[in-house]
Amino acid sequence: MTSPPIGYRIVVVGASAGGLHALRTLVSALPEDFDVPVVVVQHRAKESELLCELLQECSPMTVYEVTDKQEIGPGVFVGPPDYHLLLDRDGYFSLSTDEPVRYSRPSIDVMFESAADVYGMDTVGVVLTGANQDGAAGLRRIADAGGHCVVQDPDTSEVRVMPRFAVRAVPDACVLPLEEIGPHLAAIRGRRVPRCRSAA
Amino acid sequence: MAQAPKVQLPDTPAAYDRDLERIEVELLLEAVYRHYGFDFRSYAYSSLKRRVWKRIHQDGLNTITQLADRVLHDPAMMEKLLLDLSINVTAMFRDPGFYAAFREKVVPALRTYPFIRIWHAGCSTGEEVFSMAILLEEEGLYDRARIYATDINEVVLQRARAGIFPLDKMQEYTQNYLKAGGKRSFSEYYTALYDGALFNAALTRNVVFSQHNLVTDGSFSEFNVIVCRNVMIYFDRKLQNRVHGLFYESLGRFGTLALGNKETLRFTEFEDRYEVVDAREKIYRRLA
Ligand SMILES: C[S@@+](CC[C@H](N)C(=O)[O-])C[C@H]1O[C@@H](n2cnc3c(N)ncnc32)[C@H](O)[C@@H]1O
Repeated sequence: MTSPPIGYRIVVVGASAGGLHALRTLVSALPEDFDVPVVVVQHRAKESELLCELLQECSPMTVYEVTDKQEIGPGVFVGPPDYHLLLDRDGYFSLSTDEPVRYSRPSIDVMFESAADVYGMDTVGVVLTGANQDGAAGLRRIADAGGHCVVQDPDTSEVRVMPRFAVRAVPDACVLPLEEIGPHLAAIRGRRVPRCRSAA
Repeated sequence: MAQAPKVQLPDTPAAYDRDLERIEVELLLEAVYRHYGFDFRSYAYSSLKRRVWKRIHQDGLNTITQLADRVLHDPAMMEKLLLDLSINVTAMFRDPGFYAAFREKVVPALRTYPFIRIWHAGCSTGEEVFSMAILLEEEGLYDRARIYATDINEVVLQRARAGIFPLDKMQEYTQNYLKAGGKRSFSEYYTALYDGALFNAALTRNVVFSQHNLVTDGSFSEFNVIVCRNVMIYFDRKLQNRVHGLFYESLGRFGTLALGNKETLRFTEFEDRYEVVDAREKIYRRLA
């Protein structure tokens, strides 16, 4: 597993309704040499398999649909539909068909929590557009571990519910318009920044 | 059977010390292994830990050590924990593309065998075993087939033996069956009883259900086909390698190995010992 010498070692992203556009915008703003693994959970129908291709179209980084026990390394990693995605401390992903958590499988909370457990303060969590409260508890977990939290500005979200719950759970998260999230991630690479603006 | 409301997995407590948590989990698994013989020590940690906490919350306990105490002194608690740790989610003709590919790419080879031995490892409540039996029946191969269906968990095996599945699933299963290339009317295979669908006993006349633990038990025969889907995702890499060793040893020459949709041989030491029959559906053939 390669990781940059200092700063964040993992970026985890959760998206639901409206996520395709948001994710495309985010990944297209990351530089080709962005060497921090970007792990994505997007709620979607069982059979939808195009997501990776659609992201690859606009990402300079390689986009993978995660296979069980795949190594965590540079690239964009998308969890497959209908499986929970977990990061294991030995440096690879594990999938699980555990029951849905709060009606979701994959669950953003489950993925975020495992990232916070393994990477602690080296984690960046990003919650994007969506119509439920998945991601909020997981983002809280990342904040408690000392990680950096980013939430899509509800006003720039196709659906505001998920970002709103996330901000409620982590009031001092960095709230950014969609277009600024990718550049922000690129800018904080290799260093460490305070959680964000103090609770405004 | 009405669909039960989905259980919400509780979050593991945020304030818990992660290093302490790891120690307690390891002690719990060690205790379970030494006292009951079930070896979960090499299961993938993150998801295992979540399920341990789920049991703790459901029983109103506070720490993993309290759970260990209960489990050691109360076999009924061990049974509950065993059910928690062995995720039993399954479905008939799950991933229909797999069954379609099996029909197209494996069945022709099976036709050349006088006798076919199949091992379904980690068969859970039996849905995939019945699916395979139906497929073989339709291909005219069932009479020369014997299916060994095993699982670590005796409770799910008992349900598999009964051959009764929830009636409200039949619509979904019928869809799966059709997508899998089913040739008849799916309803020919079962009789509706109250809220259950009782599958024809003829489908299991060549099936043996028995308890077998992939971690601690050895090989028990030589097979033409081994199906082990969505079981090894719960194992860590080291354990996956060991179990792949067991499968390799248990497969005859040119035997077929079928893994779950999101599993692969790529991250194991056995990649070079198989050729790919269907990359998408994760069907492999053992090289000589
Ligand atoms: C998710 S289910 C998969 C069922 C079925 N193969 C399918 O794909 O639909 C996993 C099954 O593996 C079984 N299992 C877990 N650990 C096992 C072990 N060490 N040995 C044998 N079976 C095991 C569990 O009891 C459970 O029934």
